[in-house]
Amino acid sequence: MVSANRLPLTQMPSVTQEKNLSSSGILFGPIESDLPDWFREQQRAAWQKFESLPRPTRKDQPWRFSNVDLLDLKPFRIPGPLSEDDRKNILKYSTGLDQFAGRMIFANNQLVERSVISEDLKKRGVIFQPLERAMVEHADLFRKYFMSSEATLGSAKFAALHQAMVSNGTFLFVPRGVEIEQPIEIFHWLRNDNMSIFPHLLLVTDELAKVTVIEHFRSCDRKAPGFACGVNDLIAGPGAKITYVCVQEWSSKAVALQMNSTTVDHDGSAMSLNLNVGARYARFEGLSRLIGEGARSDMLAVSVATNEQEFDSRTLQDHISARTSSDLLYKNALDDKARCTFGGLIRVEPHAHFTDAYQKVRNLLLSDDSEANSMPGLEILADNVRCTHGATSGQINEDEMFYLRSRGIPVPVAQRLIVGGFLNEVIQRLDQPIMADHLNRLIDRKFAQSA
Amino acid sequence: MKPQTKAVDIDRSIGDFHYKVDYAKDAGRGLTEKTIHYISEVKEDPDWVREFRLRGLKTFLEKPLPTHWASKDLETIDFDKIRYYLAQGSGAKRTWEEVPEDIKRTFERLGIPEQERKFLAGVEAQFDSEAVYSNIKKAVGEQGVIFVGSTEGLKNHPEIFKKWFGKVIPIGDNKFSALNSAVFSGGSFIYVPPGVKVKHPLQAYFRINAESFGQFERTLIIADEGSEVTYMEGCTAPKFETATLHSAVVELVALKGAKIQYITVQNWSSNVFNLVTKRGLAHEDAEIKWIDCNIGSRLTMKYPGVVLKGRKSRGEVLSIALANNGQHQDTGAKMIHAADETTSNIISKSISIGTGRATYRGLVHVPKHLKNCKNNTECDALLINATSRTDTYPAITVRGTGNAVQHEASVSQVSSEQIFYMLQRGLTEAQAMSLSVNGFVNDLVRQFPMEYSVELKRLIELEMEGSVG
Repeated sequence: MVSANRLPLTQMPSVTQEKNLSSSGILFGPIESDLPDWFREQQRAAWQKFESLPRPTRKDQPWRFSNVDLLDLKPFRIPGPLSEDDRKNILKYSTGLDQFAGRMIFANNQLVERSVISEDLKKRGVIFQPLERAMVEHADLFRKYFMSSEATLGSAKFAALHQAMVSNGTFLFVPRGVEIEQPIEIFHWLRNDNMSIFPHLLLVTDELAKVTVIEHFRSCDRKAPGFACGVNDLIAGPGAKITYVCVQEWSSKAVALQMNSTTVDHDGSAMSLNLNVGARYARFEGLSRLIGEGARSDMLAVSVATNEQEFDSRTLQDHISARTSSDLLYKNALDDKARCTFGGLIRVEPHAHFTDAYQKVRNLLLSDDSEANSMPGLEILADNVRCTHGATSGQINEDEMFYLRSRGIPVPVAQRLIVGGFLNEVIQRLDQPIMADHLNRLIDRKFAQSA
Repeated sequence: MKPQTKAVDIDRSIGDFHYKVDYAKDAGRGLTEKTIHYISEVKEDPDWVREFRLRGLKTFLEKPLPTHWASKDLETIDFDKIRYYLAQGSGAKRTWEEVPEDIKRTFERLGIPEQERKFLAGVEAQFDSEAVYSNIKKAVGEQGVIFVGSTEGLKNHPEIFKKWFGKVIPIGDNKFSALNSAVFSGGSFIYVPPGVKVKHPLQAYFRINAESFGQFERTLIIADEGSEVTYMEGCTAPKFETATLHSAVVELVALKGAKIQYITVQNWSSNVFNLVTKRGLAHEDAEIKWIDCNIGSRLTMKYPGVVLKGRKSRGEVLSIALANNGQHQDTGAKMIHAADETTSNIISKSISIGTGRATYRGLVHVPKHLKNCKNNTECDALLINATSRTDTYPAITVRGTGNAVQHEASVSQVSSEQIFYMLQRGLTEAQAMSLSVNGFVNDLVRQFPMEYSVELKRLIELEMEGSVG
C-alpha cells in the first residue's frame, strides 16, 4: 500500500538529460550558468577538493563502525528537469504541518513551489528566498555564512561534493528582534531511480530573533535508490533562538549524508531534532559551535531503524567560549538487522571555563540481529567545567511488558507503546505540541509499516 | 577561584639513581634480524621461539604506528637508537647473597627483598633484560606452584608454556605486541595447579638501569581449575636525558573457576614510553581482575582487557591514573564478551595536574545471540589546573537483546566550597587539595590490597604538594 503522501509510481514519465555524477573530466553538469561567477569559481575549487580527497575507510576514526561500502556514488546521476505531472504530484503530496509562516518545496534540486511569507514579516526585514536568488541579492550575508565552518567530522570530501554541486536551497534571514510564530517548512524530494540531490539551508538570525524551521526529506518512490548530500548552516545571533527539526524519510534504498553546522553567539540558543525513519544508510554529522558566553545548544535525535537500515551519527559539541552549555540526547530503537552508530564528542577548548555539557545516547535493541555502537567522547582542555556523558544499551523491561500484557494488551501493541514512550521523551523536549504530534505520527506509521 | 600555580614534579628520588654496569651481553643499538639471532643465541632459544621472534619482527616492521588514533608523541621514538638486549650474566639467582653486589644495591635501595620477608609468597626482580633474582617460598613451591622467569618457563615447562604462549595476545595484535614478540626477554611465568589458592601475593619488580634501553618483558600466568593467585608488579627507572622504552606483553589464562588478580603500580620516571599490552582469557566461572595504577612515565598506553570466553566468567578493571606536568596517561580497558551470562565492570578514575593529560579509551563488545551479559563502565576525571586536560573515548558495541550495557563518565574539579570549608577548619590549601583528591579516589583505593592503598595514598599526597597555593 502506498501511504498518503507518497507518489504512485506509474504517473511519472522518465527524465532525459541526465549526467553521471562520477568524475570523468567534465565539470559538474547542468548547473545553470546564471549563478554568479565567484560562486562558480568556488564550486570548481570544491570539485577539485572532492576529487583529491580520499574515500573514507573504516580505519579512519570518524568512520569507525560505518558501512563505507554503501558510499559508492557510481550509480547516481544528476537529474534532468521535472515534468509538469511530477511538479503537480509533488505539490499534492507535500503535506506536513497544517500551519506555516512560509514554505519551499524542492524536488531533484529544482524549486517546485515557494509560498511567500506575510507582508508583515517582509516589511520587518525577513528574507526568505531560494539560494540562487539570495547569492545575488544578498551576496554579503551569503558569502559570510555559506559553508563557513569546515566539515571536520569525517565528511570533508562530501561537503566539497555538496559545494561543487549545490544549485538550489533555502536562504532565510531573520532580522533583529523579529519573532516568527509559525514554523518555516521546507521539503526536499528525490524523484526517479538513482538521482542525486544536494539540499541546502542557510539560516541566519540576528540579535534576539526567533524562528522554527522544519525540513522534510522524502522520496517519491519508497523503494527507489537515490543519493542525498545536504549541508545546513544554522547561525544563531546574540540572544537569538532557533529551533530546527529534520524529518528524514528517504526511500529504503537511499543513501544520505547530512552535514549540519550550528553556530551560537552569546546568550543565543539552538535546538535541533533529527527524526530518522527512512534511508538504507543515513549519516548525520552535527557540529555545534558555542562562540559567546551564555550560548546554549540542544541536540536531539530519534531513530527508528528496521530491516537493514543503518543510521550513523557523529556529533561535536564545541565549547569555544566560557560559560556555555550544551545537552545532547539521542535515542535509537533498533529492530531486525538494523545498525546504529553514534560517535559524539564534547570538546571544551582552552579557556572555555564554566562549561556545562551533557551527552547521552540510549539504544533499545528489539531483535537479536540488531547492533548498536556507541562512542561518546570527552576532550576537556579547561578546568572548572561540568561535563558528563552516558551511553546505555538494553532491551524492553520485562516487568513493563508483563504489566501491559496482564491488562490484555497484545504483545506487538505493548511493544509499540513502550518504544513510543521511550522515544517520546526526546520529542517532548521540543516543547512544541503540534510538532510533537506530527513526529509521533510518523513514528507510529513506521511501526505500522514494519509490523 | 583557586589560584593557578605550577605543579611540582613528583618526588621520584627513591628510584632516580643508576649504577654503571658492565654488561656481558649487549645486542647493540637498532633492530634487525641480526639482533633477533643474537638474542636467540644468548638465550639458547629453542627453534620455535626463534621462529616466533622472526615473525614478530616482520609484523613489527610491517605495521604502521597507530597515530591515526593515538598520540603523535609516538613518532619521537627512535627505534634505531634503542638497545634491545642487555644482560650482565645469565640465570636468575635463587638466594639474595648470590646476586651481584651492584645490582643488589639497586634493589636494596628499592626495598627488595625486605618486602619479600614481610609478606610476599615469592618475588622476581628484573634488571634491564634479565631476571637477576627469583625466589619462591618453600611452602608455595611445595604446592606445585611454578614461579620462574619466562626464559626458564619456556625451557623447563614447554608443555604448559607453549600451549598458551602468544594465544591470548597474538603477535599481530598491535605494533608493540609484535615488537615484544620479536625481542622479549624476562618477565614471569606462573602456573598454579588445580585447586591451589596462593595466600600471599607473588611479586615482580622491574628496573631499567641503562640509558636508551628498551625493556620487553613477557609474562604468562596460568591459573588452573579452581585456583587463585594474586600477582603484583612494580617498576622504576632513573631519569636519563634520552627516552626509554618499556613494551611488555602480559597474558593471563584463568581456567574453569580460577581467579587471577593482577596489580600494577607503574611509577616509571617521566621519560619512559610505557606501551603495554595486557589481556586475560577467562574460562567458565573464572574471574580476572586488573588493578592498574599509572603514576609515572612520559606516555603510557595501556588498556588491560579480558576475553570472557566461558559462561558466567567475570572481568574487572579498576584503574587510577595520575597525569602530572608533561605526562600523558592514555589508559583504559577492553571487555570482550564471548559467552552467556558474562559480566564485566570497569571503573576508571583519573587526575590531571598542571599540563598533564589523562585519557580513557575503552572497548566493550557484546556480539549477537548472547544472553544476560552485563557491563558497567564508570569513568571519572578530576582536573586540578586550568592547563590540565582530560579525554574520554569509549567504544561500545552491543548486538541483540538480553544484554545490558551502561557507560557513564564525568569530568569535574575540586569544588571551591569543599576547599573553603577545609581552610576554615585550619587546613592549608595543599592539605585540603590532597584530602579532596584522596576522597575522589577513595572508594576505588579501598578495594586494593592494604599495602598498595597506603602506598598509593602517599604517592597522591606527594603529587598534590605544591599543585596549589
